[in-house]
Amino acid sequence: MACAITVSVVGERIDPARVFDAFDTSSADDDGAIAQFCGRCRGESGRLTALEIEHYPGMAEAQISSAASNAASRWPISRITVIHRHGKVHPGETIVMVLAASRHREAALEAVQYVMDYLKTDAPFWKREWLTDGTQGPWVEAKASDDKAHKRWEQP
Amino acid sequence: MVSVKYFAWVRERVGMGEEDIALPASVETAGDFIDWLAARDDEFAFLNEQKLVVRVAADQQMVSLHDDIRGAAELAVFPPMTGG
Repeated sequence: MACAITVSVVGERIDPARVFDAFDTSSADDDGAIAQFCGRCRGESGRLTALEIEHYPGMAEAQISSAASNAASRWPISRITVIHRHGKVHPGETIVMVLAASRHREAALEAVQYVMDYLKTDAPFWKREWLTDGTQGPWVEAKASDDKAHKRWEQP
Repeated sequence: MVSVKYFAWVRERVGMGEEDIALPASVETAGDFIDWLAARDDEFAFLNEQKLVVRVAADQQMVSLHDDIRGAAELAVFPPMTGG
């Protein structure tokens, strides 16, 4: 069965409840499971006022779509939706959402995790900090743990 | 001419987001491209130290330093990605 893939990169605030509701409502009766991940901007104990997310338009969407279609060929999921923010995101706001539907939970849960692990290292987005004192902070550095999380899916 | 894009701290350090470049025929791989940029002027010299850190995309596909990039219409140089 073909998997319906929806990818968007948006500049406006994401409303997680609305995104979930739309996904839930349009899922099929045989979709016994929906897994969802919602990545949010951390305030870092009051240190940050925002994260500013830069992206490479076109390539960002293409890399996410490629991760989603890899997930669809690896697990029997019927639908997958990925939404990623760009621009300034404030603490508590959603940066990324990944939702997958399948007959049983394992496929949906694993597909979501796979897409997140891939997206962290391979989708062209870069975060920079904005500090509570109003000044621009540093660019967020890539984490070795993210590379490791990605690599575990390459093992047979 | 190839359209070259820079993102995040690479963009800040080179002082521009994009430019059109006529690359010499001697630039065959992504590694050659980084070396050529680094030698071009002072703003790009930091790429000598960052050659193994920065990433290169050719026509919006990730490439390794040894990959052939001849014929690409669009190249991009950027830091390791930090999305999600």
